[in-house]
Amino acid sequence: MTQEELISLQVTKAVDARGTACPGPLLEAKKAIGTIKPGDIMEVLSADEGTKVDIPKWCAKQGHEYLGTIEGSGYFRIFMKKH
Amino acid sequence: MQEILEREEDISLQLSTFRKKIEALEGKISLLENSRKDQLSIAIVSGDMDKILAAMVISLAAAAMDTQVKLFFSFWSLSALRARNKKAAGKNFISKMFGIMLPQGKGKLKLSKMNMGGMGSMMIKYLMKKQGVMSLEQMFRQAAELGIEITVCEMSMNLMGFKKEEMIDYPYLRYAGAATFVSDAGESSIQLFI
Repeated sequence: MTQEELISLQVTKAVDARGTACPGPLLEAKKAIGTIKPGDIMEVLSADEGTKVDIPKWCAKQGHEYLGTIEGSGYFRIFMKKH
Repeated sequence: MQEILEREEDISLQLSTFRKKIEALEGKISLLENSRKDQLSIAIVSGDMDKILAAMVISLAAAAMDTQVKLFFSFWSLSALRARNKKAAGKNFISKMFGIMLPQGKGKLKLSKMNMGGMGSMMIKYLMKKQGVMSLEQMFRQAAELGIEITVCEMSMNLMGFKKEEMIDYPYLRYAGAATFVSDAGESSIQLFI
């Protein structure tokens, strides 16, 4: 997805994991994804560079669709669609 | 005519042996597929703070990916499972000495390098807090929430003079021997030794 498409996505759940380092954001993502429906979009905010690489792997393993990442100032917005 | 018949017989014979070989292979493949679970087994022997930290971070990441996690604590790592304010009675002199010499709980562990009489571990704890890395205390709490299993090696616990009464309260704690690790690790797709 392009950056514009990512920005215009209808996000159901936004998880702010900027306060935690690895593996905190993964644990928060795991908890949050349980609260939304299949097909819903979730966004994880993380200041952790490693999370940007880890979340796509987490998505692949869990069967969710990784949509892309927007690099904000000092943090990342990582988008995924629940399977 | 005779020649063609012979050749046909030959081919059908070959086919049937191929079929048998394929069946045998299929059996072996399904055995392989079924024997390895989506499971992580770690034998944790080291009692250094940094190594216990590494083991817990990997375990939590695996649990976040719905991988079953089974930890086997042995030897020096048992220090991390000691409860801070529990005491056990009826220890002999050597056991008492071990008890005094070894860190009492995950909060008291030393760094494997640059410990500098506790200065190093204090600095690491400060940096972890500052950068939002969970403390060992928090990691164990998360581990319990995620159903990570901890097995205590009973032999090394006895060897070091620790008793069950002084171990932490953890919902998935059990006591067993090396064969338990071997059987858990045998069915795991990932096995580590720390």
